[in-house]
Amino acid sequence: MTYEHWSHFAQTWGMIYFVVIFIAAFGYALWPANRKRFDEAARAPITEKERGDDRPLA
Amino acid sequence: MTVATSSRGSIDGSTFVVGFLTFCVLLFAILGVANAADWAFRVHAWMFLIAAFAGMAFLLGWHESGAAFPRFDPTYYEEGVVKAGIIATMFWGIAGFLVGLVIALQLTWPNLFYFPDFGWTNFGRMRPLHTSAVIFAFGGNALICTSFYVVQRTCRTRLAGGMWPWFVFWGYQLFIVIAGTGYLMGVTQSKEYAEPEWYADIWLAIVWVTYLGVFVATLLKRREPHIYVANWFYLAFIVTIAMLHIINNLSLPANLFGSKSFSLASGVQSALIQWWYGHNAVGFFLTAGFLAMMYYFIPKRADRPVWSYRLSIVHFWSLIFIYIWAGPHHLHYTALPQWAQTLGMTFSIMLWMPSWGGMINGLMTLSGAWDKLRTDPVLRMLVVSVAFYGMATFEGPVMSVREVNALSHYTDWGIGHVHSGALGWVGFVTFGAMYCLTQWVWKREKLYSTALVEWHFWIASLGVVLYITSMWVSGIMEGLMWRAYNQFGFLEYSFIETVSAKHVEYIVRAAGGGLYLTGALIMIYNLVRTARGDVPVEDRRRSSQPPTLQPAE
Repeated sequence: MTYEHWSHFAQTWGMIYFVVIFIAAFGYALWPANRKRFDEAARAPITEKERGDDRPLA
Repeated sequence: MTVATSSRGSIDGSTFVVGFLTFCVLLFAILGVANAADWAFRVHAWMFLIAAFAGMAFLLGWHESGAAFPRFDPTYYEEGVVKAGIIATMFWGIAGFLVGLVIALQLTWPNLFYFPDFGWTNFGRMRPLHTSAVIFAFGGNALICTSFYVVQRTCRTRLAGGMWPWFVFWGYQLFIVIAGTGYLMGVTQSKEYAEPEWYADIWLAIVWVTYLGVFVATLLKRREPHIYVANWFYLAFIVTIAMLHIINNLSLPANLFGSKSFSLASGVQSALIQWWYGHNAVGFFLTAGFLAMMYYFIPKRADRPVWSYRLSIVHFWSLIFIYIWAGPHHLHYTALPQWAQTLGMTFSIMLWMPSWGGMINGLMTLSGAWDKLRTDPVLRMLVVSVAFYGMATFEGPVMSVREVNALSHYTDWGIGHVHSGALGWVGFVTFGAMYCLTQWVWKREKLYSTALVEWHFWIASLGVVLYITSMWVSGIMEGLMWRAYNQFGFLEYSFIETVSAKHVEYIVRAAGGGLYLTGALIMIYNLVRTARGDVPVEDRRRSSQPPTLQPAE
């Protein structure tokens, strides 16, 4: 493998790989159907049981 | 009643397997003590032996005592291991800060606490003791204990694995002791932040994979449909560290009972693997893991939702996909091919975006709660840590640019940079999290003294500022001195001149470190009083006042 091989691979498949990953993550984050779930998740740390409560099931 | 009696005699599965593993360690340790090829290996074999023996004795005693039925009650959170983690974090924090102060003073006055007859007092042995103690012992314990707390709360389920979390905790402490004593005895494979020798590495790999297992098993039995973003960051940190640790430490022991090994890779390949490891120790240990803390403790303490959960998702995926490529910027102007150096530099610059996206998300989570910064110094600590995160992740990409690196590399600028990240970001976010956790797991209404948190905050902040400004000055100065030529084309300064020029800055730096240590000692006092349940100072003052002021008749 020479530098040319590596750079050709990086500038074609490598680039496509990154663009696809980025679009996938961005699409997942912005997908309208996920909005409600994410709004709930954003409150996860503050909606858990009052502290002092040891029982997950209670 | 009969059910209780029968379960009393039965053996808990996880405890049995942990006990068996400990027994295997004991056997290996006995072999090691008997056949040790060098004295350092014998000392370490004894340590493994004593630890394994103590572990087995504890497990047996715990089993026989029959305490806490039903064992590992799934209707309760596991908080004992979190409490132990808080204590370990603060203990190793003080140890690491103290060693850091000692070596800072040694750099200022070289004969201070240096005895030629005692090799372990040498700067070269104490420096890795400092870095490992603060990164892996202080930072690592903080990460393990907060991750155990956060994953339970956000998944609304008890930590999985029964006795295994305790194996992770004590196994990790054993690794720290083996690594630290090894440095002092001169046992090192001389890879920065990966100094421990092969047997310590194997032990850490076992402990770390167990940690991954406990974390994933807890996620799998969660009672929440969605995996909260903090857990994603913790998971990325655990998985990546396992991968980095195993690959960078591939080596062949020179003797199966000796403390010396040889790296499988050599030359520039070894250097590249080392800095792929080294920079991702920063990226995943000191960044991703602590971002997980940020995403839990700031919303929780401020009582506000995460500013943008969508941004946190983009933050996560872009950060982990970009960080892993940034390592080669540590190898500018070396035998590493130019294109690989440029690749590392480019990805470092790209890191600006996810880093600052995360910073903005952390800071803006306070929208609607900014007033709390005035009254709650713990929240202020957490927020200042995020500000330092933003500053360090701005400075880092700048320094990764080849032309800037030509000036900054090997100078104190690098030391200043890592300490703005380590003291400002990692330290402050950990302090904030530990103040919160101590209050929460010991079930206290408030901390023993808010005023002492204020003192800690301001003393430590002043310490960080002194540290990083003095290192900027001395770093840029020595960088410029190293590259200065005279009219005949010779170097203007001898090396020792560039060292003695930094004396005043080194005094300022040591003062900064001393302040930081002082702040942490104040914190320990405050946490101990809080955990003991002493009446908070503010309440006591109020109750000692007369109930109402009567107007004069």
